[in-house]
Amino acid sequence: MKFALAIHAAPFSSSASQTALKFAQALLAEGHDIYRVFFYQDGVHTANELVCPPQDEQNLCREWQSLARAHSLDLVVCIAAALRRGVLNAEEAERYDKAAQNLAPTFSISGLGQLLDAAVKSDRLVTFGA
Amino acid sequence: MSQQLLFVCRHSPYGGSNAREGLDAILASAAYGQDIGVLFIDDGVFQLLPDQAPASLPQKNLSANLSALPLYEVERIYVHSESLRERGVPFDSLTLEGLQAVNSHEVGVLLSGHEQLLSF
Repeated sequence: MKFALAIHAAPFSSSASQTALKFAQALLAEGHDIYRVFFYQDGVHTANELVCPPQDEQNLCREWQSLARAHSLDLVVCIAAALRRGVLNAEEAERYDKAAQNLAPTFSISGLGQLLDAAVKSDRLVTFGA
Repeated sequence: MSQQLLFVCRHSPYGGSNAREGLDAILASAAYGQDIGVLFIDDGVFQLLPDQAPASLPQKNLSANLSALPLYEVERIYVHSESLRERGVPFDSLTLEGLQAVNSHEVGVLLSGHEQLLSF
């Protein structure tokens, strides 16, 4: 079955983001397809490469990256939500004259149309942290 | 045949970012010409109150965006009547064009009658 995931909760402050990662891993282990993972609202913080959790704690950003690399996942961060929360790629950092960019590799920035597209083209859309 | 997308708006307009970012998602979907439904339930019914004046917070007035829904051809807009009653909001006081009141049973029919739900 073809799934899309929407993650609305911030990493660390809510367990919803951890649950989403576990769910994605379970889907792939069961042989399902993940059409897209869309990060919206506080979920965009997941793509912040600058997070530095203690060594013995989970690094969700890194785990999403390795899962994406292993399974060619489409990890999309909502641009409007990301700009408001200071999650920028190099292009947006230049556009807004910011000194740094912090979007982690394997994540891309795009519009809300990608959430709609995922909802329409997948058999199931599962939202975390709504 | 079941309809595609139902947006469920459950939060008050200015206490967090849910209402605003939900409405952004609704308008984006409508702009793509999708046939969508929108349900206001729980504290989400407060988004429908007329005469909102959030400028002093300062926040943008969301009801202006809401009133654009008919322009985007969003014609299926529902409000949960029990949520209104629990909060002392008369249905007659709401001015959004095309708004329909639905009871709890009808909410269940709406939720099961759509392919995908997006909750904010």
